[in-house]
Amino acid sequence: MKEPAARPDLWTEDQVPGEGLKELTTLNLGPTHPATHGIFQNVLTLDGEIILDTEQTIGYIHRAFEKICERRPFYQITTLTDRMNYCSAPINNFGWHMAVEKLLGIDLPQRVEYMRVIIMELSRITDHIICNTIICQDSGATTPFLYVYQWREKIYEVYEEICGARLTTNMGRIGGFERNFTELAWQRIRSIIKELPAVLDEFDKLMVRNRIFMDRCINCGPISAERALQWGFTGPNLRAAGVDYDVRVADPYSAYKEFDFAIPVGRSGDVYDRYTVRQEEMRQSISIVRQALDKLDKISDKTTYHADVPDWVLPPKEEVYNDMEALIYHFKIVMGEVEVPVGEIYHCVEGGNGELGFYIVSDGGKNPFRVHLRRPCFIYYQAFPEIIKGGMLSDAILTMSSLNVIAGELDA
Amino acid sequence: MPAFTIKADRDQLTIDKLSERFGPAGFTHERLYDTMCFTVPREQVHEVLAFLKAELDFNFLTSLCGMHFPGLELELGAVYFLHSMRNGHRIRVKTFTSLHEAKLPTVTDLWPTANWMERETWDFFGINFTGHPNMKRILNMEDFPAFPLRKDYPLEDPTRDDKDNTFFGR
Repeated sequence: MKEPAARPDLWTEDQVPGEGLKELTTLNLGPTHPATHGIFQNVLTLDGEIILDTEQTIGYIHRAFEKICERRPFYQITTLTDRMNYCSAPINNFGWHMAVEKLLGIDLPQRVEYMRVIIMELSRITDHIICNTIICQDSGATTPFLYVYQWREKIYEVYEEICGARLTTNMGRIGGFERNFTELAWQRIRSIIKELPAVLDEFDKLMVRNRIFMDRCINCGPISAERALQWGFTGPNLRAAGVDYDVRVADPYSAYKEFDFAIPVGRSGDVYDRYTVRQEEMRQSISIVRQALDKLDKISDKTTYHADVPDWVLPPKEEVYNDMEALIYHFKIVMGEVEVPVGEIYHCVEGGNGELGFYIVSDGGKNPFRVHLRRPCFIYYQAFPEIIKGGMLSDAILTMSSLNVIAGELDA
Repeated sequence: MPAFTIKADRDQLTIDKLSERFGPAGFTHERLYDTMCFTVPREQVHEVLAFLKAELDFNFLTSLCGMHFPGLELELGAVYFLHSMRNGHRIRVKTFTSLHEAKLPTVTDLWPTANWMERETWDFFGINFTGHPNMKRILNMEDFPAFPLRKDYPLEDPTRDDKDNTFFGR
């Protein structure tokens, strides 16, 4: 039996909606629908089960971050970045810190860079675990969502040990970290790196060559490389379409230049390719973390956790009470009396779902004059109607979860 | 200084090509940290962007955002973040317009991805992009009475009367 193709140009004659079917259905998918994984509305025009047109409404959880940024000192903006892509909050935090450090000209010790890389790669793994297990969930396989999801919990336990929070981490400070990693944190990172590959192998054994899963995902929601570039795709979604663009390689930030890793690319940009690209990226991330741990072992210094920038890193509380200089710096930081150069910079990092950019215009005041956040999924989600057009309604659900659209980032 | 690469040769090539096509008076440029920024008059912005895309391979529009500098003659601005992936080269193109003539040509014909970016800029700065297929608000509600990222819009809702300033130390 020939399966119906997802795209209208591949329809055979008997699959073209017949002349007799004149009645179109309008379906409100969202704003709060359990299958959309976030609050966004799609008003679909359906012919039977075939999607003819989509009208998107977004902005349901818009919180005006760009406006709030204009009233906050630089170090308080970190908490806003958590709430964008909350599946990989540390990447957002460090991205913001790196942007400010670029503006200020702060150079970080190598050890701190490696620590950041480790956390950023672990966050990428959590982001991809969430996305891939949800693809499985939406295509009818519940096991990964329950089993592999545990590893996201284990990574959150690392965050918890480092910064005390799990989801909205507010991890690190401008210039490094707020405290050194504890021995328990290192143990947890090492045990994750040791045990996760076997779990991913098992995950792959269950899904990746599974006939049902392949039939469901291959040729579902495809996009060509040209269209993906025109629509501003970045991250795993662009790589699944076959463009090997990764900010970590194209514009290396932090210590990524020193690591050896591959950029997996797909070919057809469908759900299956997005899934497999993410799957491989998790393995690459594990390899990067392993390399970073090796590099850290070679550094004899085990105590540095921030750059020497007393203007930006709060001194330890006991010193504030007993030491004049520490008290002055504490006061300066909290009251925002620190000098910031006039200038504008754009800094981008490879977030969980694409190029996450921070554009800062500074007029020398204690708050940025203007902050623009380049949120990857705000930019690529606009291609959604084009991708799902001519496909089935259930394919649209699967396509949306495979695009990894995070409502918090979409609406900022 | 943190390590960032400056593509001086590509920057120079861009400047040369632009001055060849538009004349040295047709634009201004300055390097801000690692990126070359061009400022072009708004009548020419579409032409310049189309030229950059066609001649210098800026195939990717990374982002587009608005700006507001109250007090200047041309107080509203738009910044186009261009990226040539093949050459690994990024530039920014800025253009400014006055408040009572807040109109810019759309670039959705060059990069479809500008669609939502321009809607966002309209939503927050009130810059109307002429020729845009669907110029309406995107993140705020449709009957929102202001352009909130303009500097004269207060962060706190001025119409609220349920907050007593004496309780907030103001």
